[in-house]
Amino acid sequence: MTPLDTANANAVVEQLCAWNPQAVAQVVEYRGETTIVVPRELLVATAQQCKDNPALNFNLLSDATCVDRYPLEPRFELNYQLVSIPRRERIRLRTSVSAQHGVVDSLVSVWPGANWLEREIFDLFGVRFEGHPDLRRILLPDGFEGAPLRRDFPTEGKR
Amino acid sequence: MTTVETAVGTTKTMVLNMGPQHPSTHGVLRVLLELDGENVVTAVPDIGYLHTGIEKSCEDKTYSQAITLTDRMDYLNPLGNNLAYCLAVEKLLGLEVPKRAQHIRVMLVELQRISSHLVWLGTHAIDMGAMSVLLYCFREREEILKIFERFSGQRMMTSYIRIGGVALQPPAGWRAQVKRFLDMMPARINEYEALLTENRIWQGRLKGVGYLSPETLVAMSTTGPGLRASGVGYDNRKVFPYSSYEEFEFNVPTRTESDCYARYLVRVAEMRESLKIVRQAMDKITDDGPIKAEAPGIVPPQREKMKTEMEALIYHFKIFTEGFSPPPGEAFVAVESPRGELGCFIASDGSPKPLRVHFRSPSFINLQALPKMIEGQLIADTVACIGTIDIVLGEVDR
Repeated sequence: MTPLDTANANAVVEQLCAWNPQAVAQVVEYRGETTIVVPRELLVATAQQCKDNPALNFNLLSDATCVDRYPLEPRFELNYQLVSIPRRERIRLRTSVSAQHGVVDSLVSVWPGANWLEREIFDLFGVRFEGHPDLRRILLPDGFEGAPLRRDFPTEGKR
Repeated sequence: MTTVETAVGTTKTMVLNMGPQHPSTHGVLRVLLELDGENVVTAVPDIGYLHTGIEKSCEDKTYSQAITLTDRMDYLNPLGNNLAYCLAVEKLLGLEVPKRAQHIRVMLVELQRISSHLVWLGTHAIDMGAMSVLLYCFREREEILKIFERFSGQRMMTSYIRIGGVALQPPAGWRAQVKRFLDMMPARINEYEALLTENRIWQGRLKGVGYLSPETLVAMSTTGPGLRASGVGYDNRKVFPYSSYEEFEFNVPTRTESDCYARYLVRVAEMRESLKIVRQAMDKITDDGPIKAEAPGIVPPQREKMKTEMEALIYHFKIFTEGFSPPPGEAFVAVESPRGELGCFIASDGSPKPLRVHFRSPSFINLQALPKMIEGQLIADTVACIGTIDIVLGEVDR
């Protein structure tokens, strides 16, 4: 199991709170992992801060994925796994998107590597990313209807 | 199609479909190349031909059943996929795995790394026109697959690493077999290096090709040998040790040239480091001891106990019909696969089936950097760059 330094993780929360107390809506500590819940409107600014603040220095966006909490609302939870290579630390940013809204700001401007990760989420969940340079389906064929990884999409497919 | 101004006049670019059926795309990768003569103007990778919805299928299986699906993503690294998935489930459960099982896992995963790099080296050499290396590499890989077969009964889709430990006790005589391999392998790696490292054609095809700066690679989320060849020594086994990697002594090979040749040197050096880890793991694995955690209701009970204890029989029945339910929450675990950071994210809603299983597959993310590597380069270099990214399309598309 990955040992994580929770003492440092709290330092991340402190840094972010010092920058903008609005950015940290909630902090979830579970199994040694820290998740910082960020309001959707502040996602890009918080991500930029995580990357640019020398005390945080999260230079690698390891992963981005979506969890569909259907039938709860807001149903989509976006999880971004950040890594600071020089500081040897991991953190997760999370934001929620409702079904009616379905749009979140793209992080490609912060980490260009978010490009395909966001396209994958768009493809499989139908969440759109505002400001993404090339938002097209990536895994499924262009004519595919629906978003197969949503919980209300049957596993055996639609007949 | 666009027009390009050159010294001798105006030319038109041409669009060429490379793949999806092309031997050097290592599976079914299609790259749309816009060419100006021999030069690549733009490159657009098109993927998804092997998409089978593994993440969706996982949501319809119990936690233990989903292990067999993970084998089939990165089919050159099935044990590594098993490990990432099992570590994530174990983290979700807060389950401690016995040391002996952890060491067995490390040994097999490192053997898997060698076998994966062997396939890479062989296929990359054949892409570059060196036929014989492929045959040598597959000869040694066969020995590794024989070890896997002895351990798990399967050569490739082993599903040997299970939640809470490993599936079976190591087979009789495994030490001698692994030792034979360890004694043979260093000389064999020297053989490959004798064929390639100083080879003029090999160097000519790889040196200075596919350069990307370390800053670009990190920004593009590239991990694995591709990143380490640019001087960034990021390796999950060292940075965020898992499965008791902190007990092992090994180096993380890095280069600074960040070209295809540096990526080759890093992978060869990694094979030697893996041999060191396998040797240490072999010494650490005790002759007897538990291979599974004591976790009634999660880890299947021993066969003998099922015949004598009623609880054991009940647990056995429940595990294989209903499964077990981790508490609600999320866990993310990243392991170092031969291709880079292989992450597994699992969200549980407290039911016996996962709410969401997501794999951060290194092949998928590393492939993003391909256009940046080849745009402006020669079309022949495209083959070298696709090769040294080391993609496995099963994992790209999942």
